[in-house]
Amino acid sequence: MSITSAEKATQLFTTFVLDGHLFGVEVESVQEVIRYQEMTRIPLATDAVGGLINLRGQVITALDLRRRLGMPDRQEGRDPMNVVVRTEDGAVSLLVDEIGAVIETRTAQFEPPPDTVTAKAKDLIRGAYKLENTLLLALDVSRAVEV
Amino acid sequence: MNEMDEIVQEFLVESHENLDQLDQNLVALEKDPTSRDLLSSIFRTIHTIKGTSGFLAYHALEAITHVGENLLSRLRDGELVLTPELTSALLDMVDAVRGLLRSIEQDGGEGEPDHTELIERLTRLQSSTSEPRPALPADELDVEEPAPLPVAKLGEVLVSSGVVEQEDVVEAVIEQKSSGDSRPLGEILVQTGMVAQHDVDTALQAQADGKRSVADSSIRVDVSLLDALMNLVGELVLTRNQIVQHAATRDDLDLTRASQRLNLIASELQEGVMKTRMQPIDSVWQKVPRVVRDLSLSFGKKVRVEMQGRETELDRTILEATKDPLTHLVRNAVDHAIETPDARVAAGKSPEGTLLLRAYHESGQVNIEITDDGKGIDPAVIGAKAVEKGLLTPEQLGRMGPREITNLIFEAGFSTSQTVTNVSGRGVGMDVVKTNIEKIGGTIDVQSRVGHGTTFRIKIPLTLAIIPALTVTCAGDRYAIPQVSLLELVRLEGEAVQSGIEQIHGAPVYRLRGNLLPLVYLDRELAVGPGQLDRSRQTAYIVVLQAEDRQFGLVVDDVVDTEEIVVKPLSKHLKGIPCYAGATILGDGRVALILDVLALAQQANVVVVGRDRGAGAQGSAGGAASSDIETLLVVGFGAERRMAIPLAMVTRLEEFPVGSIEHAGSREVVQYRDQILPLIRLSSFLGLGYSEPATDEVLQVVVYSEDGRSVGLVVDTILDIAEQVLSSRSDFADHGLLGSAVVQEHITELLDVRQAILAADPHFYATAGV
Repeated sequence: MSITSAEKATQLFTTFVLDGHLFGVEVESVQEVIRYQEMTRIPLATDAVGGLINLRGQVITALDLRRRLGMPDRQEGRDPMNVVVRTEDGAVSLLVDEIGAVIETRTAQFEPPPDTVTAKAKDLIRGAYKLENTLLLALDVSRAVEV
Repeated sequence: MNEMDEIVQEFLVESHENLDQLDQNLVALEKDPTSRDLLSSIFRTIHTIKGTSGFLAYHALEAITHVGENLLSRLRDGELVLTPELTSALLDMVDAVRGLLRSIEQDGGEGEPDHTELIERLTRLQSSTSEPRPALPADELDVEEPAPLPVAKLGEVLVSSGVVEQEDVVEAVIEQKSSGDSRPLGEILVQTGMVAQHDVDTALQAQADGKRSVADSSIRVDVSLLDALMNLVGELVLTRNQIVQHAATRDDLDLTRASQRLNLIASELQEGVMKTRMQPIDSVWQKVPRVVRDLSLSFGKKVRVEMQGRETELDRTILEATKDPLTHLVRNAVDHAIETPDARVAAGKSPEGTLLLRAYHESGQVNIEITDDGKGIDPAVIGAKAVEKGLLTPEQLGRMGPREITNLIFEAGFSTSQTVTNVSGRGVGMDVVKTNIEKIGGTIDVQSRVGHGTTFRIKIPLTLAIIPALTVTCAGDRYAIPQVSLLELVRLEGEAVQSGIEQIHGAPVYRLRGNLLPLVYLDRELAVGPGQLDRSRQTAYIVVLQAEDRQFGLVVDDVVDTEEIVVKPLSKHLKGIPCYAGATILGDGRVALILDVLALAQQANVVVVGRDRGAGAQGSAGGAASSDIETLLVVGFGAERRMAIPLAMVTRLEEFPVGSIEHAGSREVVQYRDQILPLIRLSSFLGLGYSEPATDEVLQVVVYSEDGRSVGLVVDTILDIAEQVLSSRSDFADHGLLGSAVVQEHITELLDVRQAILAADPHFYATAGV
C-alpha cells in the first residue's frame, strides 16, 4: 500500500478518533460510515469482537478497534460509531469513538512507525502522516480485521 | 446471445436431461431386454441427438450417434438381443456423447476426441449375429421417424393401448376423410362399435397429458434467478416480521388489517418460492443404477437396486449437497458390503445382493436410507481397528456399546478395507461423508447386523434458508433455537424454580414425567452467567431439546416467541465458536444468534463427542460415559456389594431351583423355554468367590435375549430398579466392570454386561449379530 501511495502523490483518508488519536483508512476501502447501531453481543467470542449489527438486512460483525489496538475501553455510556470497511470476506464494521473529516495526505508527509510503538499497535499501524497540527495514523485494514 | 447460441444451449440442456434418462433406461433394459417402451425411448433419444448434431454440424457427435442408432435399430428389430457387452458398449457411447456435449458447452467445439475404437466396437457388435428373436410387429414399434416432441394421435394412442386394431383405425380414418365426415375419430370408432366410450376418454386424457407435460406446463428457469428470488423473499419475511410487530403496538385498525394480509401473502409467497426450488430426489438417484451396474460388473458382483420414495422433494441446494455422500455410500455398499455371488450363496443368501434406497418425509425433515443386505459391519473388527489406529484405548473400547463402536467408522482416518481399491477405501471416507452431511445441518447414523446387512440413515432439513425458531432470552440477550430440535417447554414458577431442579453429584436434573432430564444452563455454556438460578427468580423455563438420540433441558430466563427466521451466515471471526449455527434479524431489527443445539449438547457433554476429531481418543469414550440417564437394575452380592446392570440388557428376571442345573461341557445350563440357557455365575466371573449353595436354594437369574439366543446371569439378590444420570462414574475398572457410581446413595459397580455374556456364551454376538 505504501508503494502505491508513493506513486500517487496524494491519498484520501477517512479519519476517526480512538482514545484521542487520529486514525485513518484509505477511502477506497470504506463502504460507509454510520452512527451507533444497536449491537448484539457474542458470548464466547474473542474480546476484540464487539458484536453483531444489522446493516440493512445484512448481519455484520463489528470489531472493537480499541481492544484490537490494546487501548483502554471506551467510557460507559459513550456509544461507538461504525466505519464499515470492505474485506475479502464481506463487510466488517470497525467501532471507533468519533468520525472525523476526509483528509487528503501527501506521500511526503508519511513516516513508518517508530520502534517505541507497542508491538500490538505496530502490527496494525502502517505509519503516520505528519499533518500540520497532529499525526494521522494509517490503519492497516486487512490486518485489523484479522481476528 | 444470438439465435444460434440459443439453439445450441437448448440442445445441450435437453440432451443432458435425455442422457441421464438414457443411462437409466439402458440399465433397466438389461433386466427386460424386450421392453418395447424402453427400446423406443432409447432409440428416440439417440435419434434426436443425431439429427440435431447433424444440423448443428457437430460431426464427431453425429458419427458416434449414427453407429449407436444403427445398433439400436437392430436391437429394436429383434435382429440382436441385448447382452451385457452390448449394454456396456451403449453406455460407453452415452459417456462419449456426454463428453462431447461437455466440450461443446465449455469450449463451443467438440475438441478432437478419438472415438474410432468405440465406433469400431459398436460397428462390430452391430454385425455380430447373436440369437435373433422374432421381430416385433411393426405396428407395435412405430418410432422410425418420431417428431421431436411427438404428440401421439388418438388412433395411435388407442392402438398402442391395445383396445383396437391398426386396420380398424385406418379404415375409420379413411372413411372420415373420404366422406368428409366432420365427426371426430373417437366418435366414429365408438359408433361403429370398435371401441368403448371410456377407452376413448382415457386415450383423449392421455393425449392431453402428453401435450401439456412437454409443452405448456413447464418452463426452464435459471437457478440463479430462483436463488435471487429466494433471497428477496427472505428479506420480505424479515420486513413482514418487523411490520407485524410494529402494527401490534399501534391502535390502527387499517394498519393491523393490512399487516395481517401482508403476513398471509408473504407466507404463501415464501412457500411458493420454496417450492420452485424443490426437486425430487430422483434427480440425484437416477445416476445410481448406472453406477451400481458398472461397479458390480467390475467386481463380479450381482446387485439389484431398489428405490422407494423417489418423488420425495428436497431443496435444490440440499439435494446438490447430498450427491457426493450418496454416491460414496452406494459405492461403499457395492465395493465392501455386498459379497460376491459365491460368498452370498455360501452364506445362504440369494446370489444377487440388494441395495435399497429409501426416502421419506418425517417431521419437517427428509430421511434417506441406504440399505444393503451384505455382510454387515462387525463391531469387533471396527473396535480392533480403532484401537490399532490409536483412536481409542482398549479400555475405552470396552466401555462402548456395539452401536457406538459401529459409528466409529465416521471417525477421521478410519477405513477398514484391507486392500485399497480404486473405488473406495482410501482412508478418506466416511468421515468426509459425515462432515458433508453435517454441513447442511443433517445427521447420519449407521445400523448394522453382521451377516445381514447395513443401513445408513441420513436426516436432513428440507430447506436451509428460512426455518421456524423459538426465541428465548438469557442474561438479557435473545437467542433463536431451531424448532426442529424443540420437544417441549417447561415453565417453572414460584417454589418450583428452586425445588424443581435437583442435583445428582452437581449435575442438575429435572423430573419430567418421572424421567430424569439432564439440564444445561445456557448462561453457563455461553459464559455469561453463574449457571444456576437466582434465589429471587419468580419464573424460569426449561426448553426440552433433542440432540441426536438424547434429550436435555436448556434452562433459559424467558421464552419470547416462535417465528420464522432467515438464517444468515456468521463471519469468519465467529466460525470457530461451535455453539452458533448462524445469526438472524428479529422482528425489531435486532440481530440474534441462532444456537446450534447439537454443539451445545456436546459442549455440555449431553451427547457423545465421538465426532470430535480434535479431542481424539480421550474425547470420544470419556464423553460417552459422562452423563447419560440410564435405568439400572441393581443386584446384590453377599452382604455388601451392589452392582448395576442397564435395564436395556435385561430381558426377564427368572428363578431356577438349583436342582435344575445341568452341565454341557464345562458350562452350567438350564432348560428354559425349550432352549438351553447357558448360565454364568457373576460372583465367580467377577472373582468375588462363591460358596456352593444348598440344593434346595433358588437361583436368581437375569436373562438377556437377542435374536433367539439367551444367556442367564446368576446374581445373589435382585435389589431394585434405579434411574440414574451416570455423571459421576469413576474409571477404576476391574475385570468385568465398567467402573462404579453412586446409585441410591450406595457405591455401586457397573457390570460390563457384554463381557459377562461373552463369558457365558462366546458365540453370542457372532451369531446373533448386533
